[in-house]
Amino acid sequence: MQDTAPDPLVVAGTTIESRLFLGTGGIPSPEVLRRCLTASGSDLVTVSIRRVGTDAPGSLLDVVREHGARLLPNTAGCRTAREAVLTAQLAREALGTSWVKLEVVADDVTLLPDVVELLDAAETLVRDGFVVLPYTNDDLVTARRLADLGCAAVMPLGSPIGSGLGIAHPRAIAAITEAVEVPVVLDAGIGTASDAALAMELGCDAVLCATAVTRAEDPPAMAAAIAGAVRAGRTARGAGRIPRRESALASSPTTGLVGS
Amino acid sequence: MTIRLNGSDHVLPGPTTVLTLVDRLDLGRTDLAVAVDGAVVPRSEWADHTIPDGADVDVVTAVQGG
Repeated sequence: MQDTAPDPLVVAGTTIESRLFLGTGGIPSPEVLRRCLTASGSDLVTVSIRRVGTDAPGSLLDVVREHGARLLPNTAGCRTAREAVLTAQLAREALGTSWVKLEVVADDVTLLPDVVELLDAAETLVRDGFVVLPYTNDDLVTARRLADLGCAAVMPLGSPIGSGLGIAHPRAIAAITEAVEVPVVLDAGIGTASDAALAMELGCDAVLCATAVTRAEDPPAMAAAIAGAVRAGRTARGAGRIPRRESALASSPTTGLVGS
Repeated sequence: MTIRLNGSDHVLPGPTTVLTLVDRLDLGRTDLAVAVDGAVVPRSEWADHTIPDGADVDVVTAVQGG
């Protein structure tokens, strides 16, 4: 597979060109988001739903739309299935999309998914016609349950949201990618480009990152670096890595040595 | 008559529709959604949906996050 060959991701029958999804949490300004989108080529951007303030809504959404990217509203901050379902329904009404990144977290300290509430919300939203992309933990059984419920993708965490700790349990992520049929998107924990490359090498179909880009010293540069890492990791996965060995294996011919 | 608007008490001068309330907020009409007492009021029903006294009203939009 050539690095330049078309290799689009398909989620719920929709083609997504870039395998790097961008979160907007922490973005310094709509202008920086615009530069990050240009630098990374991302065409799926997640946004939160909140009560209106005194400013007219718009500038952030205008940037996403001008770029031609798809909006993926999320239910960040929701703690119960009931809150998440209402938030998703409000997002569908406000933005005209039935896609939702479903987040139901247990508390504000760990920000870890509450899988009981998550499964409940996923079931309700799938039944209501939503394209559900759930943020989940790195547990294979939960991921399989979400896929079985009809979620369009599963999005396991690499490590806690905003931690930048990378992929804490690579074998758990690999197990999920091997077990579920729907696309697997590594969500949360990415700190830098190599983490994203690893996610793709483990068999993930895409990577979502927010903090790693938005709070980097140079967000557009990091967006470009992570986008490149996603492509490299995807290509490496397809190329088939060598097996790991306990001992050395000579790469040079062992015959015809001078002096033999 | 008083409602809860985005978590705060809000006095309405009289019977008010969702559409009138949204316009009074002067934020435009796009990229907004409204829930009354925990249920979404579709945009197509804003003009006909009169907000009941004491209702809990949420007006939301998309912001950076997640």
